[in-house]
Amino acid sequence: MATARVSGVSVAAERAEVGVFATEYRLTGLNLLIAFIALAIGGLFGVMQALQYNGIDLYRPISPILRGGYYQGLALHGVLNVLVFTTFFIIGWLTFVTSRSLGIPLASRTLGWTTFGVMTGGLLIAALPLLLNNATVLFTFYPPLKADPLFYIGLTLVVVGTWLLLINQVMMLRQWRAANPAARIPLPAFMAIVTMTMWVICTFGVAAEMLFLLIPWSLGLVPGTDPVLARTLFWFTGHPIVYFWLLPAYISWYNFVPQQAGGRLFSDPMARVSFILFLILSTPIGMHHQYTDPGISEIWKLIHAIFTFGVFFPSLLTFFNVVASLENGGRARGGKGWLVWVFNLPWREPSFTTQVLAMILFAFGGAGGLINASYNINLVVHNTSWISGHFHLTVGTAVTLSFMGITYWLVPHLTGRKLWSPTMALVQAWTWFVGMGIFSHWMHTLGLLSMPRRTAIGAMRELHPEWEPLLPIIAVGALIMFVSAILYYLNMILTMTAGKKESVPMVPFARAVSGPEDGPRVLDNFKPWLVIAFALIVINYTPTLIRLVSEMQFIPGLRSW
Amino acid sequence: MNRKYLGYLFEVAWILPSVAVPIAFLVAIVITAFAVGITVPGNVGRVDPKALNTTAPFDQPGLRELAPGRYEAVVIAQLFNFTPGELEIPAGSKVTFIVSSRDVIHGLKIEKSPINMMVVPGQISRMTTTFDTPGEYYIYCHEYCGAGHHLMVGKLIVTPAQTASTSR
Repeated sequence: MATARVSGVSVAAERAEVGVFATEYRLTGLNLLIAFIALAIGGLFGVMQALQYNGIDLYRPISPILRGGYYQGLALHGVLNVLVFTTFFIIGWLTFVTSRSLGIPLASRTLGWTTFGVMTGGLLIAALPLLLNNATVLFTFYPPLKADPLFYIGLTLVVVGTWLLLINQVMMLRQWRAANPAARIPLPAFMAIVTMTMWVICTFGVAAEMLFLLIPWSLGLVPGTDPVLARTLFWFTGHPIVYFWLLPAYISWYNFVPQQAGGRLFSDPMARVSFILFLILSTPIGMHHQYTDPGISEIWKLIHAIFTFGVFFPSLLTFFNVVASLENGGRARGGKGWLVWVFNLPWREPSFTTQVLAMILFAFGGAGGLINASYNINLVVHNTSWISGHFHLTVGTAVTLSFMGITYWLVPHLTGRKLWSPTMALVQAWTWFVGMGIFSHWMHTLGLLSMPRRTAIGAMRELHPEWEPLLPIIAVGALIMFVSAILYYLNMILTMTAGKKESVPMVPFARAVSGPEDGPRVLDNFKPWLVIAFALIVINYTPTLIRLVSEMQFIPGLRSW
Repeated sequence: MNRKYLGYLFEVAWILPSVAVPIAFLVAIVITAFAVGITVPGNVGRVDPKALNTTAPFDQPGLRELAPGRYEAVVIAQLFNFTPGELEIPAGSKVTFIVSSRDVIHGLKIEKSPINMMVVPGQISRMTTTFDTPGEYYIYCHEYCGAGHHLMVGKLIVTPAQTASTSR
């Protein structure tokens, strides 16, 4: 296969390859840059929240700049971290993965730049009202809380911008197939395309919410909007968005981490099956975020619960496959025994260690997620700080720490500069792991004690006596993560400005113990899976959506901040 | 070749419980939801949030005793309080909460109980549970509703069973 890559590629060949992909690398780099600037600002507000819980109010000193206090900071924390950081990183990362895996540049570089331009333009438009305290509606922007129209228009542009990458990917796949009629789609490109396909399908929900409900309403064209209909459309996108965050991390866990571990991916067909299942099952389950909503029948909630348990299955497949790949690497490096091979893994390699630590915390996040999905058990935890604890393990660690781990090799590769300090990177990974472990564990506990999420706990009239002794631990966890973040950014800035100039080769894509030839060809044919995916969405959403639209109420908007 | 079959064996050994364990969980959920009756809010009906003051039952928020030990609590959520802000019931009471919002989306969670619901303007939220243990329980708004969200706290007082009938 022309695109198969093996380790030990000569530096000269590597440099020539990089030249071919100069535009793609520039796009990836710019996306990553915006992503990590967003994470830096958003993360700072996270630390401020944890301190506010303990009566340390850092919002007053910055009130000349940000008037909105805790909740404006919270809106920035959510929007910058889970919408901006993730989306920009993912678009950059998938541009890189698709072009390197297929071995061809973007089919249309103009379209590539348009993607970046539309997303960045949208971000700037949405940032304006956010910073002026005119969009303190948090990242879920539930109406009838009414933000400045620019906020909704900006976010819509970011989403529409991402769609353009899929168009590019499909054109690239066509080109590649014409040149390689008999070959199987390389696994990394296959996964990148499945991820974007799933994302484009699921964002129809939020796009409809924006275009038909929120934008006309915020512009004053209609007198009100229907909150439950809006929530239903939001969560149509809002659950699958977590797979949009996770799958790019999985792409690294499947295609790079086994190589970094010194072994091979355990099973290529199993990996393809799990991604196909994510494509099919990610979207028709969004109502499990609405178990406690009025206006939606218990039966549909239960059906969505059942399908949510279904999507747990491909996650378990991923768990097995990735751990088996790590074992393969550990044994290849001389590991023995049932578990002793773990110690033979390359724990001194920062990119590897960072991502494996992300996986470990993700196992707990997954178990907690199953609890959240459990229909009536969710009553114990819904909208408590348990949920914040949960998604700081998933998007805040499995995704964010993995993305940091990827940058430990990707940024040197893109910039042609050696990582400034691998030791600092290792310390960063472990401090994040420990800080988040502490933070998340006690956020879960506080949630079981009914502490509400998204609440300025430090400003409450009466503090629940059971929470009081636990709140300082939250601040300790957050401050450890703050140190970790400083180490990360310092290392990255020094790498880009003072890192030793040398060509750093890309981590080669991992080869598989059981390759694609062991799986059926139908896995590479998207059509049947798309038909099933659409059918399930239609079955699981149309009855509720039709009823909600027919009962639609126009509830007036309100600015209550 | 042998190695490969060993691999398949491991895969099957993982896949079977990966299917069986979630199914077992689901069965437990369905049983507790429909046989034990621990269920989530459903589609109860709509109400005009601007006309709450004139629409039954929201025209008379508060606690009503429907039968001995059987109560209905009508609650209105609004920026930034619950009406009524305090409810008092005797231990062992079975209470149905009927809640709606006057303005934006709120939440209503009673600590140490399964009562946990979103309160949406235009929609009626309804849940029923029994309170057995005397004590004071906080009622929290757990959905961000604006600048004073953290001030939106109510209280449920469960009194020991005997004294209750005289207190109300």
